[in-house]
Amino acid sequence: MSRLVGQHMTGGYGGADILNDCTVAVEHGEIAVIVGPNGAGKSTAMKAVFGMVGLRKGTVRMDGEDITRLPPHERVAKGIAYVPQTDNVFPSLTVEENLEMGAFLRRGGFSETMEQVYELFPALRDKRRQPAGELSGGQRQQVAVGIGLMTGPKVLMLDEPTAGVSPKVRDELIVRVVEISRSGISILMVEQNARQVLAIADRGYVLSQGRNLFSGSGEVLLLDREVRKSFLGG
Amino acid sequence: MDFVNGLIVLCNFVMVPATAYGGQLALGALGLTLIHRVLRFQHFAHGDMMAFGTMVTILVTWVLQGAGVTVGPLPTALLALPAGIGATALLALGADRAVYRFYRRRKASPILMVVVSAGVMFVLNGLVRLVIGPGDRRFADGERFIVRAREFKEMTGLPEGITVSVPQVLTLAATITALAGLHWFLARTRTGKSMRAYADNPDLAFASGIDSERVVMVVWVIAAGLATLAGVLYGLDKSFKPLTYFS
Repeated sequence: MSRLVGQHMTGGYGGADILNDCTVAVEHGEIAVIVGPNGAGKSTAMKAVFGMVGLRKGTVRMDGEDITRLPPHERVAKGIAYVPQTDNVFPSLTVEENLEMGAFLRRGGFSETMEQVYELFPALRDKRRQPAGELSGGQRQQVAVGIGLMTGPKVLMLDEPTAGVSPKVRDELIVRVVEISRSGISILMVEQNARQVLAIADRGYVLSQGRNLFSGSGEVLLLDREVRKSFLGG
Repeated sequence: MDFVNGLIVLCNFVMVPATAYGGQLALGALGLTLIHRVLRFQHFAHGDMMAFGTMVTILVTWVLQGAGVTVGPLPTALLALPAGIGATALLALGADRAVYRFYRRRKASPILMVVVSAGVMFVLNGLVRLVIGPGDRRFADGERFIVRAREFKEMTGLPEGITVSVPQVLTLAATITALAGLHWFLARTRTGKSMRAYADNPDLAFASGIDSERVVMVVWVIAAGLATLAGVLYGLDKSFKPLTYFS
């Protein structure tokens, strides 16, 4: 049984369907990556799993439980965290307040989780009293991932976490993502830098026009001739 | 000596009344800003929310005065204030439920919300004038002055005097308390922080499980409370006339 799976998802934002029978899944403690060209529906697939896109067909299941009809914040309570690509922090709140908002739904203490976030991203500890809007792009992404982690998730969904940050920061962030997955949290992420993330992925999905084109383990996709030719530039 | 005298004249006719008036405006503006920042529109009906709150307070004050209830040197209106705030909060929540929520859910543009709130403004203004009439109402009682001009002159031996009225002092105290209280609320409490988060990024706040309807309700209650407070203090300091609040 998959930890989290969106099966045969078909739907969009009200107009034409953006997803056509698209399936993505992530297993316990795994990293699953969705790659594909621009406009392939990668982000939409992820939003559909989080409940931000209406589905005409298909189901979303968490640990076997059907959550297709749950609104997003109830999915958070079920253990799904979603980190949007942009506008993913509260700019006028301090870093620490941002993290507190991530834990808004949690009852009881969350200082332990906050400590873990600070250990993962030590730069944030130094800046915890600064408004998140004043941070660099990379650190803002760290705050965004931190907010996601503060919900105490079983699955962390990241929408292009490395978009718009320098290659050095990107490498660092990917290392952290691997660390997070080692701590037992499943990761589902959308990425542009397909080659780099497929190398760390247990499972990869290549989408095109809202359909599954290829899927398989990261290594297999990286070696697949056709995937290389069409998406990885040879 | 002339210089001191001049200073006192300035205090008496400009600085003291201006501080009080500024405080009343600040209290009203505080709620207006809160609505602007969190709900993201200019609330045109704010002045009439003030008038409504003041009206309810005046009505309750009259009842209390009729029953012979007073609070010594302080205006009886202070006793009636919680009733005014409560009624205005209910009114604001009702207006939100009946009108604003509909447009908020459709993500109406701020300019549309301005027009909508102008509509609410006309309804409220009509309501207030219907209930209490368009004329001038005085409801201040209790001690009027803390410092009287004549006493001041005798005390200091100066030819010019200063008057400081009870409403002026109340206004200053209320403004400082409200400012500090609101700051503390927004900076320290979970609800306050969630309001700032919602103001910053409503979508992310929603995804984080912050109940937007609850945030909106808290905003209205606070804004209604501040508006009533400002309206009553203004009414005590000067007088209550629905059209003043309208403009």
